[in-house]
Amino acid sequence: MDLEFSPEEIAFRDEVRTFIAENYPRQLRGKQDEGDELTKEDFLSWHRVLHAKGWVAPAWPVEYGGTGWTVTQRFIFSEETARADCIRLMPFGLTMVGPVIYTFGTPAQKAHFLPRILSGADWWCQGYSEPGSGSDLASLRTKAERDGDHYVVNGQKTWTTMAQHADWGFFLVRTDPDAKMQEGISFLLIDMKTPGIEVRPIITLGGEHEVNEVFLDNVKVPLENRVHEENKGWTCAKFLLAHERVGIAGVASSKRGIERIRQIAATELDGDKPLLANPFYRRKVAELEMDLTALEFTELRTLAGEAAGKGPGPESSVLKIKGSEIQQRLTELALEAAGHYGAPYFRGFGEGDNEHPIGPEWANRTAPSYYNMRKTTIYGGSNEIQRNIIAKMVLGL
Amino acid sequence: MDLSYTETQDMLRDTTARFLADTYGFEARQKMIASTEGRDPGVWRALASELGLTSAPFAEEYGGMGGGALENLIMMEELGKVIAVEPWLQTVVIGGGTLQAVGGSVAAEVIPQIIAGDCTIAWAYAEPTGRYDLAHVSTTAKSDGAGYVLSGHKAVVYAAPWASHLLVTARTGGSTRERSGVELFLIDAKAAGITRRDYPTVDGFRASEIYFENVAVAAEALLPGGIDLIERIADEATMGLCAEATGIARKLLDGTVEYTKQRKQFGQPIGKFQALQHRMADMLVEAEQIASMALMGTLKLDLPAAERKAAVSLAKAKVARSLKFVGQSAVQTHGGIGITMELAIGHYFKRSTMIENQFGSADHHLERYETLTLPV
Repeated sequence: MDLEFSPEEIAFRDEVRTFIAENYPRQLRGKQDEGDELTKEDFLSWHRVLHAKGWVAPAWPVEYGGTGWTVTQRFIFSEETARADCIRLMPFGLTMVGPVIYTFGTPAQKAHFLPRILSGADWWCQGYSEPGSGSDLASLRTKAERDGDHYVVNGQKTWTTMAQHADWGFFLVRTDPDAKMQEGISFLLIDMKTPGIEVRPIITLGGEHEVNEVFLDNVKVPLENRVHEENKGWTCAKFLLAHERVGIAGVASSKRGIERIRQIAATELDGDKPLLANPFYRRKVAELEMDLTALEFTELRTLAGEAAGKGPGPESSVLKIKGSEIQQRLTELALEAAGHYGAPYFRGFGEGDNEHPIGPEWANRTAPSYYNMRKTTIYGGSNEIQRNIIAKMVLGL
Repeated sequence: MDLSYTETQDMLRDTTARFLADTYGFEARQKMIASTEGRDPGVWRALASELGLTSAPFAEEYGGMGGGALENLIMMEELGKVIAVEPWLQTVVIGGGTLQAVGGSVAAEVIPQIIAGDCTIAWAYAEPTGRYDLAHVSTTAKSDGAGYVLSGHKAVVYAAPWASHLLVTARTGGSTRERSGVELFLIDAKAAGITRRDYPTVDGFRASEIYFENVAVAAEALLPGGIDLIERIADEATMGLCAEATGIARKLLDGTVEYTKQRKQFGQPIGKFQALQHRMADMLVEAEQIASMALMGTLKLDLPAAERKAAVSLAKAKVARSLKFVGQSAVQTHGGIGITMELAIGHYFKRSTMIENQFGSADHHLERYETLTLPV
């Protein structure tokens, strides 16, 4: 075992660092640290830069456009992008439907969709949750009935992140109403411009428009847009959930978050002393660093297992639980650091607006971020569902 | 970066696990710790001379297999799985680690004895009112021209009744809690002027209060390195303890899961109840964090002192916290039987509870971490 990077790995790290310094879009710099809401064009600008370099999908197999990097190289890449505060790429194409398509898709589906995911030509969204199907995903009722060479889809999806920008969505739909819950579900790729689809915004506690309701009214979907066999959609869904959880630990970005908390607490004054001198605040920072270090090494141990041929399995639930709790605690510490100035509701400068921010600039987004990040222990299979998965799949209970 | 074990390391783990499974069953351990000596000396002899495992973490120049801290992690984890009372931590990790760090003729003489199983060491460093401050040393070592004369009282010295040698911290100058003037001495455990009050500990070991009254030792007994060396050795020992905790936490979890599959209430195995399932899922999460921190701190033992201390303190604080949760949850999930001497689980819990504070509590280590890394 060796924690040190090899000379080759150091050279790779320097290459990544230089590439980011020279190519990360100028207009995005600092945007994420400030907690600004990001536009579709913001997301796509960084996506396109990485695609041009061939680095947009490091985890994909090389034959479909992956980088062929080692586990350590992927670790270095995520560390460096977080260190430079690069915005996170939208996961719906790259880490969700992409791997489903290259694992279960037809040659035609692979040839059409994979290059468009890599280039950013299609923006994807995920049609999973329904008003009556949250944690109990398999109870979903949106139905797809065959009519000649296509399905007719009717139903309602919710919590559909960034669907307002989406060109395509991957949907779980019921194709056999008589089968047992998980067995009658299929996985469909749906063009979001198809007649009968309506997307309505849901505004969350921080004031953001991230999620939507999606209504499907007699939406015609060609049969060739089904991935895997009919009624085998749950296989794709399970595969995707395991994949989704690996990145969800968010170690690199949480490390960046702690650095920011340290900077804030070292400069923010509590009387004549920095906040970081307060023994109670200090202890919370130390405890958070402790838990994050434990998570980082749990992820490294998981990655070492993956390099040795063990795919991401139910153990990734551990990463999801700990990673999401830490992300939330970061926002708690930031809000606590803001003190009185956590309260003002400030939506940023409008076009040509010369107003001064209210209180310290960083403080304005602490409460909205705190509210927003409550989602992390709920989405991707709530942390309670993750505990069910551990109990069943790991402990055999 | 590479976090995989070598084939030799895998073999070391397998050999140890198989040997301990055969010799250290629950009943066998109960018999050992109830005996007059409090252990079966044949086990240590077998680990050393028959299986040659004591050579694993030592350099080849001393007759070792060329391993190091990772080999100690493997051994301590496996010993933890059977809550072994063998003095590996004291003799190999602490004694052997000190000698390797010091080098020279004393290392060349004593390390081969450790490997052969002829030398066992106990570390007399704690004092009755010192808590976890390694520089809190009121035991004195006065130079008498030819050597030193030791006087003082050392507290709760684990494995001392079995030791052939004592590794003692004593002060050649300065006042209690001053960093300078503290030194390490390796002395014969039977030297004139040493009295011991031996006792069993709550977790199955044997330990002693040791009183030094004008104990004359040779000048060569002083192992140079002072408080910096002492802190380094304590950090290595702390990581050994964290590795032991990894093995114990795993067994606390496994034993609990197994029990809830057998035990029936309300007409079904209690493992079917979600309240218990979620507690056990959390036990697994915390057991994993313990394993991760044991590895993290071990891999950082060779970093510069400030980074090493920060890493070890973060590891020990987390291990103490998580181990408390895993241990208490194991007992709670077992119900009444968990607070009796009848099942192994209670004995794992007794040891895990002692590990929480050994070489520093969570609070002590968080404070050390803060002082090192959160300057104001």
